[in-house]
Amino acid sequence: MNLHVKSEAAATLSRRSLLKAGAGFVLATYVARNGIAYAQDAAAAKSVNIAPNTFLVIGQDDTVTVLCKHIEFGQGPFTGMATLVAEELDADWAQMRADHAPSNPVLYKNLAFGVQGTGGSSAIANSYEQMRKVGAAARAMLVAAAADEWKVPAEEITVEKGIIRHTSSGKQSGFGALAAKAMQQPVPANPPLKDPSAFRLIGKDGAVTRLDSVAKSNGSAEYTLDIKDPGTLTVLVARSPRFGGKVASFDAAAAKAVPGVIDVREVPNGVAVYAEGFWPAKTARDLLKISWDDSKAEMRGTAQLLEEFRARAKKQGALVKQEGDVDAEIAKGGRLIETEFVFPYLAHAPMEPINAFLHWKGDTASARYGSQFPTPDHAVIAQVLGLDIAKVDLKTILAGGSFGRRAQQSTHVALELAQVAKAIGPGRPVKLVWTREDDMRGGYYRPFSLHRMRGVVRDGKIVAWSDTIVGQSIMKGSAFEAMTMKNGLDSTAYEGSNEIPYQVPNFRCDLHQVDVGVPVLWWRSVGHTHTGYAVEAFVDQLLEAAGQDPVEGRLAMMADKPRHAGVLKAVAKLADWKGAKVEAGRARGVAVVESFNTFVAQVVELSMGAEGPVVHKVWCAVDCGVAVNPDIIRAQMEGGIGFALGHILYAQQPLDEGRPVAGNFDSYRSLRINEMPEVEVVIVPSTEKPSGVGEPGVPPLGPAVANAMAKLGLPRPTQLPIRPGDSA
Amino acid sequence: MAAFTLKINGREHQVDVDPGTPLLWAIRDNVGLTGTKYGCGVAQCGACTVYLDGQTVRSCSLPVSAVGKSEVTTIEGLTGKEAVAVQKAWVAHDVPQCGYCQSGQVMSAAALLGLNPKPTDQDIDLAMNGNICRCATYVRIRAAIHSAAKTLEG
Ligand code: FES
Ligand code: FES
Repeated sequence: MNLHVKSEAAATLSRRSLLKAGAGFVLATYVARNGIAYAQDAAAAKSVNIAPNTFLVIGQDDTVTVLCKHIEFGQGPFTGMATLVAEELDADWAQMRADHAPSNPVLYKNLAFGVQGTGGSSAIANSYEQMRKVGAAARAMLVAAAADEWKVPAEEITVEKGIIRHTSSGKQSGFGALAAKAMQQPVPANPPLKDPSAFRLIGKDGAVTRLDSVAKSNGSAEYTLDIKDPGTLTVLVARSPRFGGKVASFDAAAAKAVPGVIDVREVPNGVAVYAEGFWPAKTARDLLKISWDDSKAEMRGTAQLLEEFRARAKKQGALVKQEGDVDAEIAKGGRLIETEFVFPYLAHAPMEPINAFLHWKGDTASARYGSQFPTPDHAVIAQVLGLDIAKVDLKTILAGGSFGRRAQQSTHVALELAQVAKAIGPGRPVKLVWTREDDMRGGYYRPFSLHRMRGVVRDGKIVAWSDTIVGQSIMKGSAFEAMTMKNGLDSTAYEGSNEIPYQVPNFRCDLHQVDVGVPVLWWRSVGHTHTGYAVEAFVDQLLEAAGQDPVEGRLAMMADKPRHAGVLKAVAKLADWKGAKVEAGRARGVAVVESFNTFVAQVVELSMGAEGPVVHKVWCAVDCGVAVNPDIIRAQMEGGIGFALGHILYAQQPLDEGRPVAGNFDSYRSLRINEMPEVEVVIVPSTEKPSGVGEPGVPPLGPAVANAMAKLGLPRPTQLPIRPGDSA
Repeated sequence: MAAFTLKINGREHQVDVDPGTPLLWAIRDNVGLTGTKYGCGVAQCGACTVYLDGQTVRSCSLPVSAVGKSEVTTIEGLTGKEAVAVQKAWVAHDVPQCGYCQSGQVMSAAALLGLNPKPTDQDIDLAMNGNICRCATYVRIRAAIHSAAKTLEG
């Protein structure tokens, strides 16, 4: 996502925060005394006198634990951050560990946002230098400690795979034995970083393995749903079936009679049931009789929205970008091609639905859950409970996926969590749990969007291109509105459509930004989820009309886009592209999309089965700058491809008079293993700054499928999903 | 409410719950074993996969009252050479992303290898298509099952 929080906001938060460590990022390293991990040392965490910045803990047992300021929900930041630290620290990979950093907007801010948070595929990009410097500083401090201890010159000391050594005296030590002494050393202001040619871990295939694989393969990894602090109450909230509806009245008599139910309270969002365990809570919630006041609710269904969007798209919207004169070019004649693309609301449906834990003890409170934006969440919890933020701690823990869902700029989960705690009062911890149906029907969808495309082909060339977008803003009305919107227009609605990688002399992109009472949110690759499809399916259609090959034709218009062209050439080579032609009922399609400064091209090979397209293989080329963890990059491409394919084939959240229809995986079908294509990934070598990989694997897949279908003589799907009637 | 004795991972546990309580919630909330996950509650996703007398079942859709004297195995009690081979292969291939579905995936994969030590791609499709992975780690699940099968060959 494109989230840029101005520093004023960060400063405001930081002033109110528990650590008044001063503005700006100060590099320092805290090495734990006696192996006591900082993260567990609550007194140190709250003190204003501790070292200003803390990213790693060296235990007496030589383990090095990196405190990761980004949430780990699959994209690999634990492993990524640890790789960066270990590289400069010259640690052995086997001694590396990772854990989440606690909430602290000064120490753990995302350098791209200014507050603590994960998103926009920014983890590696904003940490690349920072975490390497942490490793380099710690190394220098350990070396200085060894020099002191052994009375030898620091320059003669080497560090290799976790061993500090002075060869001529034969002295050597692990990190743990020198950690306490290293802590007394001054923190070097600007420790030198390795030249990339000296890297042992960064970019080296097989040098590291994921730090979280073992715990995630034996059931021991702990997620929010697994928290079982003594006395914890499970809380389910009955929410309005329509967005914007409010409780008019309710009868909880039957619900309260369910054994295990402790209480039922009205909360701003609905009616909360407090019980000892999920099942009594769920049983009781089903027995609530609630009448809803829909006077302020969104009552439109998606069929009506589509009509309205279509009507708007006939006229030009607010201008986003213009070059040349599209209308004049259309008036000249030439072949005019028009297409409309319609994109449904999509739920993120992470495997672990939304949930959150909070123990309000009266004058203090502790929250624990998969918070993707700890800084605003933290502030909201403190505010609702009426506590100073220093009296509230928030610890991020593993989460079962997100795809954008947990990055809540509205802080609605933190808010609901604090409200349910407040409604019942301090004492017992509460675990707020959303069922799968709550998650599917709970909004915060990828916005419903429409693109009306017009293009002119003359003399075998694309000479005009116009894209009129109708869509809802993600940012409008949020805390980030002022910082993320230009001229009142939300760039997440058009990103990718305004800057296409092709040279077209007459170009226009315009936007109708419409208000709909359905909460929307960034969804894995944000605007590119629809702009990538619209641009890449349409350029393919125009190239076809121009009689050009999909790869050669694109390359011919990409003279000033070397990285786009680079991945396109690489994928063509990997797939041995010899045109999109059909062989034994199979056809190929290609697409290339840049998102979050990462460039991805994909070639899809498919055939048509009885029920729709069957994708057999996907070739993928990615350029994400310096590739820190090649295997994680491949994994993110594989996962992004499967995620994208499932959604373009099956997924939509239709609204029936305002009510979301799909409630579970039977009506919101997910890709399954038998539908997963073979995937081959090539990482294009690059010395550019590293960029993210969590999202960019998604956008090219849909249009590549559409373009392959076209080669089989089928229309490119203009309304997604491709198989809307299918349920599991 | 009624009292039930559940035999889980070789140990007996008394639980006092409504007879309609799904086994999943008795395991998680009453017994306190949380490796078995909730993903859908309607037998769609497989995150809640456990064994009942060695057979995979969806514990979210099996009421406690229907368990009887059957032995329940959860990921915490998973043993045997197939399980070891699968978990090693899972780590070697770095299969998990968010990891939330993986207890169920590992349970289904180990059960598959118990029945069929050398599964084909099609066998894997059939045995594993009840387990959704929203992170779509399917490429690696497939590869890891093949690797595990290889190690079992000896
Ligand atoms: S939770 Fe049981 S199958 Fe999904
Ligand atoms: S690893 Fe995330 S759902 Fe499977």
